[in-house]
Amino acid sequence: MFSGLAVDDAFRIHMGILTFILGLGAIIAIRLPQPAADAEDTTGYMDGPVRIGSILTVFWGVIGFTVGLVAALQLAFPELNFGPWFNFGRIRPLHTSAVIFAFGGTALITTSFYAVQRTTRARLFGGDLAWFVFWGYQLFIAMAATGYLLGITQSREYAEPEWYVDIWLTIVWVAYLILFLGTLLKRKEPHIYVANWFYLAFIVTVALLHVVNNLAVPMSFFGSRSYSLFSGVQDAMTQWWYGHNAVGFFLTAGFLGMMYYFLPKQAERPVYSYRLSIIHFWALIFLYIWAGPHHLYYTALPDWAQTLGMVFSIMLWMPSWGGMINGLMTLRGAWDKMRTDPIIRMMVLAVAFYGMSTFEGPVMSIKSVNALSHYTDWTIGHVHSGALGWVGMISFGAVYFMVPRLWKRERLYSLRMVNWHFWLATLGIVVYAAVMWVSGIMQGLMWREYDSQGFLVYSFAESVAALHPYYVMRAAGGLLYLAGSVVMAVNIGMTIAGRTRTEKPMPAPAQLQPAQ
Amino acid sequence: MDYDNLRHFADSWGLLYLFIIFLGVVIFLFRPGAKQQAVEAAMIPLRDSDEGADSK
Repeated sequence: MFSGLAVDDAFRIHMGILTFILGLGAIIAIRLPQPAADAEDTTGYMDGPVRIGSILTVFWGVIGFTVGLVAALQLAFPELNFGPWFNFGRIRPLHTSAVIFAFGGTALITTSFYAVQRTTRARLFGGDLAWFVFWGYQLFIAMAATGYLLGITQSREYAEPEWYVDIWLTIVWVAYLILFLGTLLKRKEPHIYVANWFYLAFIVTVALLHVVNNLAVPMSFFGSRSYSLFSGVQDAMTQWWYGHNAVGFFLTAGFLGMMYYFLPKQAERPVYSYRLSIIHFWALIFLYIWAGPHHLYYTALPDWAQTLGMVFSIMLWMPSWGGMINGLMTLRGAWDKMRTDPIIRMMVLAVAFYGMSTFEGPVMSIKSVNALSHYTDWTIGHVHSGALGWVGMISFGAVYFMVPRLWKRERLYSLRMVNWHFWLATLGIVVYAAVMWVSGIMQGLMWREYDSQGFLVYSFAESVAALHPYYVMRAAGGLLYLAGSVVMAVNIGMTIAGRTRTEKPMPAPAQLQPAQ
Repeated sequence: MDYDNLRHFADSWGLLYLFIIFLGVVIFLFRPGAKQQAVEAAMIPLRDSDEGADSK
């Protein structure tokens, strides 16, 4: 119906896609065998959405990394831009949203469902509400992704989807909040475990950020364009208040919730200091919310706001390192597990990367450093060491932990493949981050190089040409990381199929040194 | 309330308010007897009975 009334082509096609997805979903739902009502166990934990979520996390991971590799290759070889649908300008938001929201978001929803039930000892609140949240979020992802390729965007970084998709996400997110709070309220464990605090902060803050940043007026109720309520520098500041807190609360707080549950579980020992984890939580949420202005140095943003952003960004060192130390010290007296358990190795590397990228971040937020690093590839390298190293690795670890338990398998199909995944991914991250440091600093130095007469030494095009070899190497790093995730997909698929690989047991020879 | 008032309120009383909450949290955490509670809370994920059967 909306297709018929559409005022622009993109909206018409997009509504057609929506109809198709909903129709397909309805047919599948009707064709599925009805679960026998009496056989349905409503007393135990609700793990249906967690099972599907584990599979989809791996699926979206592979898709997102593939699109990332395509984007990296497009930068190195511009011939690979197939317009208009597969231009870099459309592939890039597809990549960022696929990894952050599809892979990361699905991982967060899935693990939060898993962890909240087991730390409150209560079934998810609201019956089928969990299924609504889960599939509603997947519909959001599908609409966002197809929209980007059609060129529907409101040009706000990490918030590209247009107004109608935003409204849908708001509904889903409020349902998620009700579901999470409801589960906490009916808990049988008197204390709310710290992982749930982090998950709750992630849900509440993302709701707030999403609604405020997407305050916009649609041009037509049957069109894909809308205009922001804010204008000028306020608009920019709102966007980066959103943008940086998306990093702080989506990619940090949510995944810290994951760390505080899955790391102690896999290590089979409690977190090093529970009180430190509470301080970590409060310090992190009070400080992060102010750090956004560091994206707008040397712009029209007032100086005091820029300095405020810098001061709070630097203060973030303290909670971040407190959290990292807490995570690493959880392994005190059990460091030998690093040698024998590749899943622990993955989680420890994730925490180490959390520490490294939250060290690098405040350094880059110092104004004089930022004068060199801003708009260069250094920023891209920083984001990827956090995203691939911290977010990716902790999610992989959590999925490897959950899958054998969810399907009641004795063990994973292959621990050696987890080890392969670990090394492929680690090598990929190291290559990626190192290459981006070199190219970013080179880029920054070329842009600011003056000769004795006060003229710029390099034209912009010369700095672009100089980057070519680094872009090729960056794509190679991405390929390694993608290869690791394909190994994971095979391993998880075989585990679910109930197979176990005959292989030498994992206690490894001495040359396999721990990651740190 | 215009922008200037709001800003001065936020960076004086607002800041103080958040800081006092934070201090309160820290003091509460280090009150006598809190240590034992924290040790017990840290064990919550590990006291999960539904996974007794599996190890890896």
